[in-house]
Amino acid sequence: MRTVNTEILIQNIKEMCIEANHYLSKDMDEVMKKAVVTEKSELGKKILNQLQENLKIADEDMIPICQDTGMAVIFLEIGQDVHLEGMAVGDAINEGVRRGYTEGFLRKSVVGDPLIRENTKDNTPAVIHYDIVPGDKIKITVAPKGFGSENMSRIFMLKPADGAEGVKEAILTAVKDAGPNACPPMVVGVGIGGTFEKCAILAKKALTRPAGEHSEIPYVREMETEMLEKINRLGIGPGGLGGTTTALAVNINTYPTHIAGLPVAVNICCHVNRHVVREI
Amino acid sequence: MDKYINTPITEQVTKELKAGDYVYISGTVYVARDAAHKRMIEALQRGEALPIDIKNSTIYYMGPSPAREGRPIGSAGPTTSSRMDKYAPTLLDLGEKAMIGKGKRTKEVIDAIVRNHAVYFAAVGGAGALLSKCITKSEIVCYEDLGAEAIRKIEVENFPAIVVVDCEGNNLYETAIKEFASL
Repeated sequence: MRTVNTEILIQNIKEMCIEANHYLSKDMDEVMKKAVVTEKSELGKKILNQLQENLKIADEDMIPICQDTGMAVIFLEIGQDVHLEGMAVGDAINEGVRRGYTEGFLRKSVVGDPLIRENTKDNTPAVIHYDIVPGDKIKITVAPKGFGSENMSRIFMLKPADGAEGVKEAILTAVKDAGPNACPPMVVGVGIGGTFEKCAILAKKALTRPAGEHSEIPYVREMETEMLEKINRLGIGPGGLGGTTTALAVNINTYPTHIAGLPVAVNICCHVNRHVVREI
Repeated sequence: MDKYINTPITEQVTKELKAGDYVYISGTVYVARDAAHKRMIEALQRGEALPIDIKNSTIYYMGPSPAREGRPIGSAGPTTSSRMDKYAPTLLDLGEKAMIGKGKRTKEVIDAIVRNHAVYFAAVGGAGALLSKCITKSEIVCYEDLGAEAIRKIEVENFPAIVVVDCEGNNLYETAIKEFASL
């Protein structure tokens, strides 16, 4: 049994919120650079070059990559041999988010109630997903999510008879409908299976998988490749202004499901697909 | 085609702009998102005056991140325009001439653009750091309690944008996609 004081989460999460909003992870940086070379539209290329310049300015001048610094989504994988002590883990996470967004000059985009809509002024609370896993480590993933693309995400409760073709159609429909609103080029996170809520979490988690890293399941891997190619033939392009780079990656996660169902969630993220991981 | 234009953007300017033109905008621009639009429309419904000079105005749909010391503004890219669709036709009918945002507009907004010889520009979504460099001044005009959603008046210099819907209703989002679609 390893004892960990939750205090350690505060500093880490604060730093991770700031890091995620100013520097893209290496995987995203690589696919963005590659897109500049492969894009066929002249205007599309110009936009992709602007995005390169944007990343450079964000890094050098410490200006957030995007003004929508997101709602903080946190995945916490806690080893079952860890004993947490100190303040409640949720409170520690939110304190980290609070400090990160306040001290890091990040935008406070959270309202305390979905209908009364008063800003909480410190970007809390975060959306936290806990997992208990083997071992004595804690893995933290911080993935601030912007809402231009979140608003274009969809859940489809398909029938088993719809099969793989139905899933592909659902993905294409979501991307087509998202179009320019989701700030393409986008990353498409897909969850297939589970229940209504499970497939949504699978899709969100898929967005945190490094772009370019494929599923270990052969048919899923094939579907990822096929869908990326098809999405890039929709013509939407960078900024939705036409082109051959509509998506940078399609990441699909699957889970067992019920005999009567085929849930599919498509979580769309813009090119500012932020995810920072630390293990403590 | 690249064009350099100054605010106020008048009808003389909009009639020269075509969907697909790449423009660099300089001058005074107002900043407002949906919460501010909602309040403006509510003010009109109560018979009150608008807090901004709407005639020939340009409104940028944006909510910046906080400015670091010594800078006029933080990250400052466009937000999704469709959330303003409910309010935009009223403002266009009152004289607003240009909107800067990102994403699709409704038919009602496009009709109002044509009716009023206005224009809809897109700025590059997710390029907030780059676009902040084109903003030289920023002041809050009203609705300060809305935080990032307060109405601001900003000065821009060579702010890059693309004409998406021109005063004739041509829509780049529709035409450009067709050009590259191969599915």
